[in-house]
Amino acid sequence: MGNLFIASLIDGLLIGFVYGIAAMGLSLIWGVMNVINLAHAPIMALAMFGVYLLFVSLNLNPYIALILIALIGLIGGVIIYYIAIHRVLSAPPLSTLLATYAVNMIMIGLGTAAFSTTPRNVNFTLGSIGSGDLTVQGTRLVAAIVATVVTGALYFFLYRTRPGKNIRAVANNRAAAELMGIPSSRVLALSFGLGTLLAAVAGGLIATFFPFTILAGNAYQLKSFVIVVLGGLGNPIGSLLGGLILGVMEGVIPIFMPNSWVPVLEFILFVIILLVRPTGLFGAKK
Amino acid sequence: MKRSLFVLLSLLILGSMAIAACGPATTPTAAPQTQAPAPATQAPPASTAPAQPATKTVTIGFTSSQTGSLNVESTRQYHGLQLWMDQVNKAGGVKLADGTVVTFKAQTYDDESNTDRVQQLYTKLATEDNADFLISPYSSGLAAAAAVIAQQYNKIMITTGAADDSTYQKGYTLVYQAYTPASHYLTGALDLLAKTDPSAKKIAVAYSTDSFSTSVVNALKTYATSKGYNIVLFEGYDPATTDFSALINKIQAAAPDAVMGGGHFQDGSTFAKQLFEKKIGAKFVALLVAPPEDQFSQLGDAALGVVGPSQWEPQVSFTQDSAQKAGLTWYGPTGADFTSTYKAAFNEDPTYHSAGGYAAGLILQKAIEDAGSLDTTAVAAALDKMDILTFYGHIKFDTSAANHGLQIGHEMVYVQWQKDSSGNLVKQIVWPAEGATAPLLYPIP
Repeated sequence: MGNLFIASLIDGLLIGFVYGIAAMGLSLIWGVMNVINLAHAPIMALAMFGVYLLFVSLNLNPYIALILIALIGLIGGVIIYYIAIHRVLSAPPLSTLLATYAVNMIMIGLGTAAFSTTPRNVNFTLGSIGSGDLTVQGTRLVAAIVATVVTGALYFFLYRTRPGKNIRAVANNRAAAELMGIPSSRVLALSFGLGTLLAAVAGGLIATFFPFTILAGNAYQLKSFVIVVLGGLGNPIGSLLGGLILGVMEGVIPIFMPNSWVPVLEFILFVIILLVRPTGLFGAKK
Repeated sequence: MKRSLFVLLSLLILGSMAIAACGPATTPTAAPQTQAPAPATQAPPASTAPAQPATKTVTIGFTSSQTGSLNVESTRQYHGLQLWMDQVNKAGGVKLADGTVVTFKAQTYDDESNTDRVQQLYTKLATEDNADFLISPYSSGLAAAAAVIAQQYNKIMITTGAADDSTYQKGYTLVYQAYTPASHYLTGALDLLAKTDPSAKKIAVAYSTDSFSTSVVNALKTYATSKGYNIVLFEGYDPATTDFSALINKIQAAAPDAVMGGGHFQDGSTFAKQLFEKKIGAKFVALLVAPPEDQFSQLGDAALGVVGPSQWEPQVSFTQDSAQKAGLTWYGPTGADFTSTYKAAFNEDPTYHSAGGYAAGLILQKAIEDAGSLDTTAVAAALDKMDILTFYGHIKFDTSAANHGLQIGHEMVYVQWQKDSSGNLVKQIVWPAEGATAPLLYPIP
């Protein structure tokens, strides 16, 4: 029982890092510009396909491919911002929601036409570490490390660099930031790009150990909503912690009951947090 | 304000996603037909020239999963059916008792691996497209949805890729099963284990909660218990599961001698991969559906040693002689002919899903020939009487009221991925012993 608990805890934590980084992108975009990015799911799915195609056609190591995919995610996010978000940013919130939903539908439609909804699998393994009950898959361990590094890099960027500080300034008070000479449009575009970069990294990492289709992002987007509420709205580090909590729940709950109960308990927690502590477990940006 | 807005919108999105998940996704698209439709025509009355036989084109309606999680197996099944149709048409069709020559055309749609789409599309096939006969979609769940429609609109449906016994226990009189029923899928694997290692008694069963897989493992559980096996874990998982780590941890803690279960290709191959990566140490692994697929070998070492039940394999050799010995009527091409023409047509090796698709067409063809007409009652009577041997195996249907249409002639074979002398993965038949091409690799290295 002890080994089973430890093994499940480790598996849960490892996948939790990836959930956390996916939710962080959603949280960042909401925190900076009050936009719920419904294009998060197809961005993750397209990143999975990006890693897959680079791996299959160019035989590129998935982690090298991930760097390229992250860059494409950043640039793609900036483009999406200028095309679909920028003009409706000052309109009522429903407009931005519909705008990102439209982007979602376009991307899913194009992705389905290009790849169909046939499942794909990146045939890549790093073997396993440990033995007996305590065996950890290499790809999951690397994914957790990459997620931690990316989180650290994001915090360094936000707190130690001028563009990062600009993002925080715009998030706190856009009008004041503009009065201080900060080009808010460019900062918002960069923020959206960073959010999609995080989604792309999460998608690319997931592709290294789970099979996927063009619709695979929906499940992770749904988890991201739960995590964002759990961790605190607009709080990226809270998202990471929320991801870890969700991952641990998914790992540990099946020890005590059939694993079909996991989503039930996850969403019960979601509703409880909304009712009892709507600011999330780890507070939120004021 | 900002926060409450997020909360409100989040709930709105979650609700809409749940609704969207329950509803149909896209509009159906007609797949290309294998042959241009030709309306029924009467031959001109004989005057100076000799009389030409009347011809009629029969529409065979079915859906395939061109998209979605069942795409791999369904595409193979579609290819098999397509090959049968091309061959029978090229050979001049089927001659009825009144001299009319019947050729076939396909009316098909993409069901997106979605039960709701199947019900809409089979209704369309029966009412708008006026299909004369129906072939089932792939998978027990989709076929069960189509079977209701077939019976409702008085259309004969040959099911293939639909092993779940329960579909044939609902009182339908026009639905006929080409596959060995699900209740027989893993019982042979248990016999194989018992013969190889009588000391192996602990079995963990992890299965997809779809109707087919549940039906298989319930029968397995009953059979295993009757044979004195100890089921140390018996747990289902959602068919869309991609992360099996929690379940595998439980399997590992139960320390079974054998792991059995699975579902379809996508979840089964992922499960096998993660079982291997977690080094669970079971001596015997038998999974449904995925192992017989050639793509399963792409898992590399994770495929090694995995056993899977198969409805048919190219190495299985039924011939006219074996039909004679068994006192059965031989019908259709040989296995070698089927394999070579299939490879030539689709540039891939046929799997049992391909053979099942072809066999469904063959069964219908034989029934129309025996009936000598296209009348539903006459063709159903011919199917009830059918007792033939084909390259795919023995075909005979249960005609009792309780199990009408259930396949009672066909038997499973069991394959295992092993390495040849060059270290390449090859699929070997390991059970039944009389048809085995290699001994079982046991325990899994």
